[in-house]
Amino acid sequence: MTATDFEAPRGPRPRAARRTGARYRREALFKVVGLLATLVGLVALAALLFDLAVHGLPRLSWDFFFNFPSRFAARAGILSAWVGSLLVILVTATVAVPLGVAAAIYLEEYARRNFFTNIIEINVSNLAGVPSIIYGLLALGLFVYTFGTGRSIFTAGLTLALLILPIVIVATREAIRAVPQALREGALALGATKWQVTRDHVLPAALPGVLTGVIIGVSRALGETAPLITIGALTFIAFLPTPPISTEPPFISFQWLWDSFTVLPIQAFNWVSRPGVDFHANAAAAGLVLLVLTLGLNAGAIYLRYRLRKKLQW
Amino acid sequence: MASKLTRSQRRILKVREWIIETLLFLAATSSVLVTLGIVFVLLYESFVFFEHVSIVDFLTDRFWTPLFADPRYGIMPLVTGTLLSTVVALAVAGPLGLTAALYLSEFANPRVREVIKPALELLAGVPTIVYGFFALLFVTPLLQKIIPGLPGFNILSAGIVIGIMIIPYVASLSEDAMRAVPQGLRDASYGLGATKLETAVRVVLPAATSGVAAAFVLGISRAVGETMIVAIAAGTQPNLTFDPREPAATITAFIVQVALGDLPHGSIPYQSIFAAGLVLFLMTLAFNIVGFWLRARYREAY
Repeated sequence: MTATDFEAPRGPRPRAARRTGARYRREALFKVVGLLATLVGLVALAALLFDLAVHGLPRLSWDFFFNFPSRFAARAGILSAWVGSLLVILVTATVAVPLGVAAAIYLEEYARRNFFTNIIEINVSNLAGVPSIIYGLLALGLFVYTFGTGRSIFTAGLTLALLILPIVIVATREAIRAVPQALREGALALGATKWQVTRDHVLPAALPGVLTGVIIGVSRALGETAPLITIGALTFIAFLPTPPISTEPPFISFQWLWDSFTVLPIQAFNWVSRPGVDFHANAAAAGLVLLVLTLGLNAGAIYLRYRLRKKLQW
Repeated sequence: MASKLTRSQRRILKVREWIIETLLFLAATSSVLVTLGIVFVLLYESFVFFEHVSIVDFLTDRFWTPLFADPRYGIMPLVTGTLLSTVVALAVAGPLGLTAALYLSEFANPRVREVIKPALELLAGVPTIVYGFFALLFVTPLLQKIIPGLPGFNILSAGIVIGIMIIPYVASLSEDAMRAVPQGLRDASYGLGATKLETAVRVVLPAATSGVAAAFVLGISRAVGETMIVAIAAGTQPNLTFDPREPAATITAFIVQVALGDLPHGSIPYQSIFAAGLVLFLMTLAFNIVGFWLRARYREAY
């Protein structure tokens, strides 16, 4: 070791000290900038809510919920839109939940690690990235023109079901993966079959996680506009679908599945693309209803996930 | 009291297990069928289109006017419209999302993060139709005060709002990647006398590069496929431009425009939405593949 190793660093000391000060000042500055950048999104969300509320709140009344759309902005309402949304979502959930959960169970509990399983996995993550309007084109070409299901509630529900399928599959897989192996082994050791283990132990334990995924998927489907416009959903519907229950035998009817429909986002789009402040107020009011529904669902899912993470101690 | 199963009971159980496994397998296969369906429909319907329009014209013509008396089918204006809105969105979401991710991962205290991260994720849950309304009737008037002469429909406003929408995709995934960087790397950097900021920018960020890049790619893929915001706020006029202040149609906005009209199925303008959709699908597929590859790399890193 030579004496030179112990020489002071080059440059006069005071300057180095000043530089250290500057380095820490820069860090303090970044803490402010970072917080601001993080808050920009939240401020935008607040501005959006405020803007919608200012324009839309005055229009929200009992009549607005129970009137059909009309040429006159002041008399127009969202009755056919929210009924349509409700029925479409019903079809979507009926198809997507069993299909998505079953696919996830297969991938997590049954699938062997082979080429075909890999294909399915890559495929699911790719499907999640396909733009929603492409699902609309799929539905248009396949359901409307090839299978002849028309521009109906059934077609719309099925289209949105395919759209949210990846969301349900991914969420369910994560929930199933979090179930400890010991639970399965315990049940297997007592002589349960694989399906009995899955049905009686794995699924109940994974249920809250599955529910989170389903809620997020449903809220996504509720707000989707593009694929439904693509299949040719009408924007002006001044009637309700056939009621599912009638007083005459056979009392239950599925005719509503084949009726034409409109949904909340399409109704809002129709109003926003018309000139005139009055219709824009209607669009804001419909948007507000939609936003409260979807954000409410999302917040619920996030809360559920948060509670889950806290409680989850196997 | 446990009792031994008879042979026939065991057989029934076995058959039931087999049936259930088959059903579950079919459910998993259905997702592959969806992809095959998409590819088949897009290719088949585009094929009808390309019987009447040459691929060379489609790729090189500078005008897209399928609804005119003298129709021209050059996809370029739609592609530039799509890319332009994506670039604007990325210019908003990139810096904001990345800074937010660095802040949340390295500086924010855990309590703040627990609140802000889910709140940011709400941004991804807002219906796009509501964003469209916001872009057309809030952001555009605001921008018109700053940029005089800005038209009512413009790419800039739509792009900015798409950017806001994809902030959570960029921020959340980037933050996950940064938090996956082992603490040892940070400790070593602190040990050498680096400040927290220097460590964040020169150690954590480079180590998380592929994860951050994957987050960006996901954001881009969302922006490219976004429909309602551009259809409402950017107009439906195809326009070969690189100036975001102008109105311009994207691929998605064009599909919406045609779907809202009443063209008969089988007519060439009608078939053109499938050809346009095929281009869109290929674009997002390319981004998704890059993202998938990046994520796979980042998973291997530590």
